[in-house]
Formats: sequence, C-alpha cells, structure tokens
Amino acid sequence: MESCNCIEPQWPAEELLMKYQYISDFFIALAYFSIPLELIYFVKKSAVFPYRWVLVQFGAFIVLCGATHLISLWTFNMHSRTVAVVMTTAKVLTAAVSCATALMLVHIIPDLLSVKTRELFLKNKAAELDREMGLIRTQEETGRHVRMLTHEIRSTLDRHTILKTTLVELGRTLALEECALWMPTRTGLELQLSYTLRQQNPVGYTVPIQLPVINQVFSSNHALKISPNSPVARLRPLSGKYMPGEVVAVRVPLLHLSNFQINDWPELSTRRYALMVLMLPSDSARQWHVHELELVEVVADQETELTPEQRLMVETILKSSNLLATLINDVLDLSKLEDGSLRLDLGSFNLHTVFREVLNLIKPITSVKKLPVTLNLAPDLPVYAIGDEKRLMQTILNVAGNAVKFSKEGSISITAFVANSESLRDSRAPGFFPVLSDDHFYLRVQVKDAGQGINPQDIPKLFTKFVHNQALATRNSSGSGLGLAICKRFVNLMEGHFWIESEGLGKGCMAIFIVKLGIPEKTSESKNPFLPKANHGQTAFPGLKVLVLDENGVSRMATKGLLVQLGCDVTTVSSRDECLHVVSQDHKVVCIDVCMPDGFEAAARLHEKFTKNHERPLIVALTGNTDKVTKENCMRVGMDGVILKPFSVDKMRSVLSDLLEHRVLFEAM
Amino acid sequence: MDSVVQLQRQLVDYTVQLFNEGFLDDQFNQLQQLQDESNPDFVVEVVTLFFEDSERLLDELAKALEQQSVDYTKIDAHVHQLKGSSSSIGAQRVQKVCIGFRNFCEERNIEGCQKCLHQVKREYSLVKTKLETLFKLERKVLAAGGSIPWPM
Repeated sequence: MESCNCIEPQWPAEELLMKYQYISDFFIALAYFSIPLELIYFVKKSAVFPYRWVLVQFGAFIVLCGATHLISLWTFNMHSRTVAVVMTTAKVLTAAVSCATALMLVHIIPDLLSVKTRELFLKNKAAELDREMGLIRTQEETGRHVRMLTHEIRSTLDRHTILKTTLVELGRTLALEECALWMPTRTGLELQLSYTLRQQNPVGYTVPIQLPVINQVFSSNHALKISPNSPVARLRPLSGKYMPGEVVAVRVPLLHLSNFQINDWPELSTRRYALMVLMLPSDSARQWHVHELELVEVVADQETELTPEQRLMVETILKSSNLLATLINDVLDLSKLEDGSLRLDLGSFNLHTVFREVLNLIKPITSVKKLPVTLNLAPDLPVYAIGDEKRLMQTILNVAGNAVKFSKEGSISITAFVANSESLRDSRAPGFFPVLSDDHFYLRVQVKDAGQGINPQDIPKLFTKFVHNQALATRNSSGSGLGLAICKRFVNLMEGHFWIESEGLGKGCMAIFIVKLGIPEKTSESKNPFLPKANHGQTAFPGLKVLVLDENGVSRMATKGLLVQLGCDVTTVSSRDECLHVVSQDHKVVCIDVCMPDGFEAAARLHEKFTKNHERPLIVALTGNTDKVTKENCMRVGMDGVILKPFSVDKMRSVLSDLLEHRVLFEAM
Repeated sequence: MDSVVQLQRQLVDYTVQLFNEGFLDDQFNQLQQLQDESNPDFVVEVVTLFFEDSERLLDELAKALEQQSVDYTKIDAHVHQLKGSSSSIGAQRVQKVCIGFRNFCEERNIEGCQKCLHQVKREYSLVKTKLETLFKLERKVLAAGGSIPWPM
C-alpha cells in the first residue's frame, strides 16, 4: 500500500510519539542554528584561526541541517506542495554541503593535528634550553667564585689564611664531602694533617713523605685521582655503606715569606709542597669532571714562579716600605695641620730623585694594571732645590696615586718644569700672585691620566676633607678622603696653588700644582754627615728678653744656649715661684717646660699677674708630647705657642718670629 | 800639619761611629751648633752638667729602690728627669732605657725597675766614657793648632 504524505497518518493513535518528534525537531533546529552563531562569535574573538572558509562551510552545513529539521515540523500534519518542495530543496542542499564538509575534513584534521605536534616539539625544546641555561649559569658562577677566591688569596700573604680559605671555598664550590690539607713538618720527612673541612679537631696524623702516591702527586702540577684507600685519603671511618666517593689530590707549593731576604731569593729546587686531598661525596654517582680538576689545579697553584719583573717589584715594595711608613705617619698627624702649627722642614734635596722615587713607588701597581707611565722632567729643571722634600714627595705621590687609582686604562704622564711668568698667570687661580725672584723658582707639576674623569661641577668638592665623591668611590675605597685636602694644604704652605681640570666623566683628568722652591747656592752643598750649617751669624732677635722656666738643669742650659744663639737676653729659673718673682714687663717671652708639675700653674699665674694683654709676655710651652691632653691643657691655661722637644734652632726661630709677628699685628689693630 | 789632619780625621770618624751605634742622636748636633766664639765651651759645659745631674739621679734611684716600701712616684719623677736630660743632649740609648723604666714604674714592677736601673747605669757609663774620649780628642786637635771640623 503506497503511503501518501497528504493523507491522514498511518497510526492515528500515536499522538504522543508525534508530539515528541515535534518537540525534538524543534530543539534540534534551535541548537543547529545557535551553533554557527557561537562559532562566529568565538572565531571573531580569536585572531589566529586560519580556516575561516571551513567555518563558512561548516556553518552552512549546520544551518541547512537545522533548516531541514525545522521544515519537517510542518510535515507532521497536512501540508501543501510548497512545503514539500522547500523541504526537498533543503534536504538536497544539506546533503551536498555535508558531503563537501566530510571530504574537506579529511584534509583539515591532519593539519590541525600537526599543529599540536609542533606545539609539543617547541615545548620540549624550551625545556632543554632552560636546562642548558642553568648549567651555563652554574659554570659562570663557579668561575666568578674562583676569580674571587684567587683574588682573595693573592691579596693576603698569611699562609694559613690562604690555605684555609682555599679549602673552605673549594669544599663549597664543588660540594665536596671532605677536603684536607697535609703540611710538611719541620723535618720535612713527614706530612702532617693540619686542616680538614668537616672534622673539628684533626688528630695529628702523619704520613711519611716518601710514599709513592705522594711522590706521584708532587711531581706534577696536575690534580691526580688517587685511591680512596691510600693513607692520605683515609681520613674518617667509612660513612657510606657502598662506594666512597672519588678522591683527587693536588700539590700546593709553599713559599717561605718569613725567610725573605731582599737579595737572596729562595731557590726553586728547595720548594716545599703541601698536599691537598679532595673527596667527592660517597654513595653518589658523581665523578670528577675535567673542568673541576682544572679548577682545583688553578686554585692550588697560586704561588707560581715569580717572573724577574715581579721579583723586582716585590723588592721595591720591601725596600720602600720604610719610606711609606714614615710618609703615612706624617700624613696622619692631622693635629699639626689643623691648628696651623705645621712647619715645613726646609732643606736642600735632589729634585730629580724625588720624581724618580715616586715613579718607582707606583710602578708595581701600574705594571699590574697595565698603565704606561711616563715621567718628563724639563731639561732646565734644577737638580737641587730647597724645600720640604718629604712633603713634596707626599704631594706628588698622592696625586700620581690618585691618577693610577682612578684609571682603568690609558696612560699616565707626569710632567715637571720650571714655570715661567706665562704659565704662572695661566694658573686659573684668582688670588694667586706669584712673585719671581732670583733665589726662588716655581716648580709646576702636571699629572695627566685617561681615567674616570670628574664632572667639572664636582671639582671644588674634591678638596673638602672626608668627602668622597660618590661617582669616584670605588668598591674598595679605603682611605679617609683626606688626601687631596692635605696636599692642597702642603702646596699652600709652599706658597703655591693646586687645581684639577677635567672635561667630564670618562674623559680623564689633569692635576696641576705649582710650588715655590728655593735655589740652593753652589757653596753650601756638603756631603758630611752633619747638618749643613745655616748661617747663624745673624741674630734673629737681638736683645729680646726671654725667661726660661725648667726644672731640669740640663735642658734649661740647652734652651738657654739655643736662645742665646738667636741673640736673646736669657734668664733662667727653676721653679714656679722664682719665675713669678723674677718676671717683669721687660720680658717679652716666657718659655715654660710643661712636663714639670708646676708648669701649667705657672702659666696660669702669669695670666693673673699681667691682667692687661699687651703687658703680658708671650708664653711658650716646651713639651715632648703632641697628644690631645697636653694640647688642651695648653689652650686652657692660655699658652700662646707650643714647641715640641727636642727642638732645633730653626724651629725656635720660626716659632718666635711667628709669635712676635702676631703680637705686632695684634697691637697694630 | 799632617798630624792635625790625622787627628781631625780621627775625631770625625769617632763621632760618626758614635752616631752609627746610636749613642748620640741629632740633638747632639743641635748642641754643637750652639757653640761658637762667644760660647766656646758650651757643649762641654752642658755635658758636664748632664754627668753631674745623672749621677745624682742614679744615686737617688738606687736608694729609692732599696727601700722597704718602694715609692714609685718618686722613682718615676727621677726617671723623668733623667729622660729629659738625656734627650736634651742627645744621649739616645740612655733615653730609650728611661722610657722602658717608666713603663715598669707604672706597672709597679720592682724587678723590671731594678733591671732597668742596671741597664741605665751601664748605658750611662758607656756614653760618659765615649763623650770623655770625644772631648779628649777635641782638645788634642785644638792643642795641635787645628780647629774642630764641625759646623761652628
């Protein structure tokens, strides 16, 4: 029997079935229509979807399916021919599109899958690179560690510190289970265990030095693997149940710095070695890597043979340590500078030698830093000059030292010449009025470097005491920031001027100073060991009445003789009461030895006795101490001046002339 | 004339030796500078005074250290005086011992003090002998008609 769509349904009783079909079709249509909408929405959001036309196709396919189901809603009941036609068209189209989609998916899905594969591949690569980065970083850190360690080792000369540090750092860097050091005993026949990393108190194990394994290690500078059972490696009871870790031993050369004599270098053949034993953790599969062995060798071999250059440098350092110590002590004597009581020690000296000495002193550092230094002394620079040799050398040394300190590269040049009137006028110093005369000349010294340079605005701050220029302060800047202030003070005392020029950061700088030096007369050069005689014929203070108070007979007499030499009319007293009894307005100066118990009191009483300032004699303290307490006491009782014992004629003369000048100025006001 | 030159050379050598051995220091030079025509015996006078002073002080010191209850303050005062005198004429070694002596006084170390007293006595007699020899040489030079080759 042919069924016809336009006649009543075949099963009139299946209303329920029909209803459900109806509802399902409706919902299917709804879903089918909403899926493309969702797809469009999400794809619009994503920017990288490469298959847009696939979407269109897919969308069409779904829409048509939906349409089919929608249209079938109308076919449950009586429907016209149009509906049937529409339905058929829809179905045909759907069929076409879905077949096309199915065919296309065959191409697309592998592509999509391969994208996933590529993603996985990239992820693996990234993980691998991460691992390699980690390795490189650890190696770099180890390298940095070693560099720091070698630097620290090189900077200390204490053998024990060096060796202990070596052990600790190696243990840490290489994650060792144990690290031990065997030092040769005094007799040289045995090695004694002197330090271990983990154990607190190594008992004094000794092994004879002639063991074959020890000879083997000592005969080469490489780190050699040795058996964990050898006597030098059996340091602790076997902790692991299984295999002890691999052990490596290396020789450490020892240089006896205590037996150092300048011209008697220790022979290399009598070199002594210590033995360093390094153990990897037991029960681990770790093995000694080549780069780890190299690290150990480098660290152990710190005291390499000194080249002849290095030897010379060390000799220079040793020889000039005394000079440096004196210079340093002087520089630190700030108290003298502060209260203006610093006097230049004038004397005749060899100017060329001063420059050469400075050059020798800075040569070791400049060689290490590879900074070429040149010294240019003008041909007309006098060989001998009169001035304060020590302080001039200090100044030049400080300036040159700064040039070296703040240069990482480039050359340094020290130039010295006699300043003529043009270069004097060019000194960029307002208020510097040099006076040329026959018995003096102006020495101009320029130190030029190609180092860090200074911001021109910061230049005035350089001369301030205790101020470190932040831009110039290096990591290791020790030093109290006094150097330039002190040098400027010295230069001023030498009636000169000191300034610094720089074009800016990174452009190097030039330090220039001009000082006044005397020209020695030809006749007064004497080589005898006694002091060159200054002309005492002239009396500095003819008829000056001076009173000397000193309990000690000998020093009283010495002081009197000195003052008599200067032409003074001297009276001596030996007690405070006598002093007060004898003193009168005629006495212009009273010298009091403040080491005696009544010294300060005498000064105080003098102040009481002479109430008016201009009647009072000048009071000068003679003392052997420059400490603060004495100084403060002198200030407190109102001393006008202080002289350090033992004093010379020149010192006394200059102090008295200064004091008398001030008094004169005071009265003139 | 030769003998004068020889004597002068002897004098200079001897003086240099004293300086090198540390018996005298620069202060002695200062004293020499103060001697001139108006004051021809200055150095001898000062040094003689030093001898007298020091001998007195050394006696006092010996007595003070023998006491039952030692008075360290007094001893310190004496040593201070001796130190002052010796530094005034440049008797370097005596001065140095005095410095150590004062330290022992502060510590009230009787044995140290006694040791130092011995030392100081020894140094003093050494420097006294040396200076007396020096002056004898000087007198010889002057007697032979020469002049003392010091800056004067």
